[in-house]
Amino acid sequence: MKLKKVLAAALIGAMTLTTFGCGGGDADQGAADQAGDATAIKVGGTGPLTGGASIYGIAVQRGAEIAVEEVNALGGVQFELKMEDDAHDAEKAVNAYNALKDWGMQLSLNSVTTTPGIATSELNAADSIFGLTPSASGTGVTEGKTNVFQMCFADPNQGSASAKYISDQQLGTKIGVIYKNDDAYSSGIYETFKAEADALGLEIVSETTFTTDSQNDFSVQLQDAKNAGADLLFLPMYYDAASLILNQANAMDYAPKFFGVDGMDGILTLEGFDTTLAEGVMLLTPFSADAEDEMTKNFVAKYQEKYGEVPNQFAADAYDCIYALHQACTAAGATPDMSAEELNALMVEQFTTMSFDGLTGEGATWGENGQVSKDPKGMVIQNGAYVGM
Amino acid sequence: MEFLFNLISGISLGSIYAIIALGYTMVYGIAKMLNFAHGDVIMVGAYICFFATMRFGMPPLAGVLLSMVVCTMLGIIIERLAYKPLRQAPALAVLITAIGMSYFLQNSAQLLWTSSPKVFQSVVGTINGQTGLKLFDGALSVSYVTIVTIIVCVIIMLALVTFVNKTKTGKAMRAVSEDKGAAQLMGINVNTTISLTFAIGSALAAVAGVLLCSAYPTLVPTTGAMPGIKAFTAAVFGGIGSIPGALIGGILLGIIEIFAKAYITTQLSDAIVFAVLIVVLLVKPTGLLGKKVSEKV
Amino acid sequence: MNLKTMNKTTRSNFITYAMVIVAFVVVQAMASTGGISSSLKGQLVPICAYIVMAISLNLTVGVLGELSLGHAGFMSVGAFSGVIAAIYFGQTIENTAVVMILAMAVGGFFAAVVGVLVGVPVLRLSGDYLAIVTLAFGEIIKGIVNNLYVGMDANGLHFCMIKNTLEMEGGKMLLNGPMGLTGIPRIATFTMGFVLIMVCLIVIFNLVNSKSGRAIMALRDNKIAAQSVGINVTSYKLMAFVISAAMAGMAGVLFATNFSTVVASKFDINTSILVLVFVVLGGLGNMRGSIIAATVLTVLPEVLREFSEYRMLVYAIVLIVMMLATNNPTLKNAISNFTGKFKRNSGKGEKVNG
Repeated sequence: MKLKKVLAAALIGAMTLTTFGCGGGDADQGAADQAGDATAIKVGGTGPLTGGASIYGIAVQRGAEIAVEEVNALGGVQFELKMEDDAHDAEKAVNAYNALKDWGMQLSLNSVTTTPGIATSELNAADSIFGLTPSASGTGVTEGKTNVFQMCFADPNQGSASAKYISDQQLGTKIGVIYKNDDAYSSGIYETFKAEADALGLEIVSETTFTTDSQNDFSVQLQDAKNAGADLLFLPMYYDAASLILNQANAMDYAPKFFGVDGMDGILTLEGFDTTLAEGVMLLTPFSADAEDEMTKNFVAKYQEKYGEVPNQFAADAYDCIYALHQACTAAGATPDMSAEELNALMVEQFTTMSFDGLTGEGATWGENGQVSKDPKGMVIQNGAYVGM
Repeated sequence: MEFLFNLISGISLGSIYAIIALGYTMVYGIAKMLNFAHGDVIMVGAYICFFATMRFGMPPLAGVLLSMVVCTMLGIIIERLAYKPLRQAPALAVLITAIGMSYFLQNSAQLLWTSSPKVFQSVVGTINGQTGLKLFDGALSVSYVTIVTIIVCVIIMLALVTFVNKTKTGKAMRAVSEDKGAAQLMGINVNTTISLTFAIGSALAAVAGVLLCSAYPTLVPTTGAMPGIKAFTAAVFGGIGSIPGALIGGILLGIIEIFAKAYITTQLSDAIVFAVLIVVLLVKPTGLLGKKVSEKV
Repeated sequence: MNLKTMNKTTRSNFITYAMVIVAFVVVQAMASTGGISSSLKGQLVPICAYIVMAISLNLTVGVLGELSLGHAGFMSVGAFSGVIAAIYFGQTIENTAVVMILAMAVGGFFAAVVGVLVGVPVLRLSGDYLAIVTLAFGEIIKGIVNNLYVGMDANGLHFCMIKNTLEMEGGKMLLNGPMGLTGIPRIATFTMGFVLIMVCLIVIFNLVNSKSGRAIMALRDNKIAAQSVGINVTSYKLMAFVISAAMAGMAGVLFATNFSTVVASKFDINTSILVLVFVVLGGLGNMRGSIIAATVLTVLPEVLREFSEYRMLVYAIVLIVMMLATNNPTLKNAISNFTGKFKRNSGKGEKVNG
């Protein structure tokens, strides 16, 4: 018992020290930064840099870093970037957002994933800090907020665009869907896909799900689709799960057409993946690392040189975010000494009126609701590379 | 035919759980500790094998052996640094340390090997270009990985049972598991025995990791976490500390999971698996093959 | 009252109350003068929720002596039912404090009901088997909430499972399966968290010092001896378990109403384990320890942000080192020798204190 008391006392001491120490320290640092380094606008974002979803957060961080280096080299409006870890969790995202606020964040990249994004966008709105999320695609992120915008397609747009595409191109008559039942992204796309497919008269013959906990074995789901005679399998999910599905479908000699969404991008650069399995897979994505235009080539080369891997769509979205912010700041004549609130008003005005050309689409515009409108590109994988459809 | 297909799928999945559960039950049965880091040792084993075969072009068998050696060493180091100092501490303290170790291994793996998924090349090759044995004119297929996993499971189970029951060290292990104090009085070195248990458990984890990733080839730093928990469930299901129980528990768990998905709903399959577990434990509170321990008064 | 003449347990309890009150007053004062960072300010409510989680789990693990790995499941039940209640009552009631109290009552009630449903079968098991079954229940609750759809329109609330088949006249979706609850009114405040902690502490301390509390602890220390003197095992175990579940439910309400969104997968085994870490590190049966451990370990990852990508690695190392240090016999002796010089009157056998 004595020991516990001493320990308790020690812990109280430690707690007080950390609380006060960190509180005071952060405030001082923030003030010092703002005073000493008012040459750059502070851009902050939260994303999963650790844990199971960290691949997306790290990609965003890296894509944004490259873009910041590039725009700063142009000599105009200067940016300073800081990403904080949210481990794909709303609670930690709010902590990360607040840490960024203490740092003196003036513009925000909101969050990388949807659930954290819904929590932080609420704060963006409350604090009047402008938010442009690279990849949090849920509708809840922008809904009801006037100053949060998306760089990626909102989930409903992806779902309905996919259904329209399949219907227009007559890609399949009997459709099977496998989606991830504990993931807002996957189930969000599925819901709108189903609604649109029903409206267009597409026949969905098999609907099955999986969760993070059972993301190993897809034999039952594939067998269900096969028995129902599905000739097209819609896979609204990320490529790690999709690669397993392709692998297992191949092992059971089931070869329908596969149709994916933007999360499928990255499957070709998966280390060790047999790309012949992905032959003929179709996906709607705004970005492909194999595109031949100057901008993409330059970005992919830089990314590979710096980080030794091929960038995915998340990195591209983040890269575009920085350029879009840069374009808006330049047009509005924003300067680093402006407060977050002043910048917020300028940015909202710019984003609802401007048109932006980036890696992930040309002539992108934003509506009042914060959702982007740009054209998704239909891609099909042939000989281990994307080809436009 | 569909029933057979589901049964085969269930056994495939279950054999993976079984092989992880064997390592789990070894440590759990002897050292009486819930080693939450076991799943992460599995992940390390898979990464070692991946790099050995993919990056350095070693033959699959050499890769497996290398990963067994590395994991054994890792297991011993973890035990020495984190668990051994807590030999006299309450069981819950060790549990928390094991959780800390699990976080440590996952985060180290992320820093060392990044979180980009790697696709593991099956260590089980193909025969005539086929990855599985075709039955009924190709209507059904049993993958070679499953066959190898089941064979390996049975071999490991028999070896462990023989080792624990017949050898002197094995007897020492059982003595330690029954009563540490009495074992020590009989001249058994309790510390060495427990360390040895960890070494064996970790070597088994390496094998399990390689086979897990051969069957389900996506490899990320969190690969071991969920299968680890499921395998622990399987070990409890079969009866904690019972080596054949781990094998049976693992396979049954796999079959139940697949049947729940196929015949009830994919959406609630995890919940159904756990519900079955609860019912079994309520009917048979010490698992399928667990011994009924009479309470000391 | 004279601190010196008080009985030891009462004194210890009063120290705990005083600690919580002082911490609240100090932080509140600092917050009003702008003396704390937004980072810490944003964590105040979650810290309160985790403290309630920790002391409620301590009731199960420390006082009742049964290991539970599914405590987050009760938090989940409370969070979802409480938030739906908050939205429902929020339509007609303006005062957020009243809405919060109603939401807490609903959340706590549903968590207690689930606590009974889980407790009746589970508490017949013991030890590791009980632990695995609580883990299983936690996962089942997660799976069910993940497939639950709740909508609200002019006719009231609508529920359905698995597939969204709600037929509503206008209205809006509240709980949308895996996409979780969105648009939650963020009504939780630090003061509410503080009040909840105090209420839970009062309940727990009074329980522990009552006849029932002594019966519960007797079960922990020696079940057979306790049974032989006529203590009803099931009912006392269930009592502790259900109270613990209800408190976790209320913590869930507090937690969820601090964020604008909450998803079922948040309350998984990792959260259960996190809370267990607070309890073990703070000391079994030691409520004050749980409060401190919950606070320190919630703040710690934020303080470690300076380590950027090494943050969670450092956190893991700190966790292991803390466990090793607090259980190191040499260190223990050194400390007890050291403190022994100052304190000679400490009693023995005190199992539960503030």
